[in-house]
Amino acid sequence: MNAAVLLFPGINRERDAARAVLQASGKPAKIVWHGDHELPAGTDLVIVPGGFSYGDYLRCGAIAARANIMDAVRAHAGRGGYVLGICNGFQILCESGLLPGVLMRNKDLKFICKMQHLKTGRNDTVFTKRYAEGQVIKVCIAHGEGNYAADESTISRLEGEGRVAFRYCDAQGRVGGDANPNGSARDIAGIYSEKLNVLGLMPHPENLIDPMVGGIDGRGMFESLALISRAA
Amino acid sequence: MKARVTVTLKNGILDPQGKAIEGALKSLGVEGVLSVRQGKVFDIELAAGDKVRAEASLKAACEKLLANMVVENYRVEIV
Repeated sequence: MNAAVLLFPGINRERDAARAVLQASGKPAKIVWHGDHELPAGTDLVIVPGGFSYGDYLRCGAIAARANIMDAVRAHAGRGGYVLGICNGFQILCESGLLPGVLMRNKDLKFICKMQHLKTGRNDTVFTKRYAEGQVIKVCIAHGEGNYAADESTISRLEGEGRVAFRYCDAQGRVGGDANPNGSARDIAGIYSEKLNVLGLMPHPENLIDPMVGGIDGRGMFESLALISRAA
Repeated sequence: MKARVTVTLKNGILDPQGKAIEGALKSLGVEGVLSVRQGKVFDIELAAGDKVRAEASLKAACEKLLANMVVENYRVEIV
């Protein structure tokens, strides 16, 4: 599995993403600069990592979404290539049109940085094979704008087509209520594109891959992705 | 030529920042505030002298970058 991790000014989790890829696949990810026009040849997976691209100016992810490299990412996704956007990366994917909807300011206006349980949706995608359907995982969140919003018909479509990848829940797997940290519509933490080859999520699975930092529930996603080469 | 572009949230979109400002105005005792919606203003200088063309480029600027059409509206004024 060949992974490319995009780097925009202000991104700060690219090494975390690269470390998770290396741990799961044994292959180092290539770091790709935003000004490039092409992805490295043979790229299977593009990771758009977290951080604060362009200082969150204008809207989170708005300026990065219009960078040169994003044309190549759109073409890659159009060919069925895999794209994973985490946190600011999810915001960038929404702004770039690769995923529907938008991430609004958290409902209580606070930046939230804490551990968070998620309920996994389907497990037949390239991102979630190593999880069980409905599995509760504990990862972390760190965002000020994670409040997913879209019009009612878009949200019904996402739900009807099985495109809600993860929802916020508590340790017992109860979705919503106080377990929803940011006011996100239908407790949505992550969504897939129509063809299930693009995933965007606010939480950080790449940061929960080492028991030293409080858990390894994020490994499943990268171990799932590491299977890509064998399948191809 | 100078223009002012105003970007505001569409009706029905929750605006937590506007709500917080509204609360602050009320706690300051500013009278008669019913509600606050927050938006953005862009003052833009344009090389073109042609008003119709200027409006067309500003519309493109809004739809390509300045506004997120999922949740925002925009208004263009040549000033």
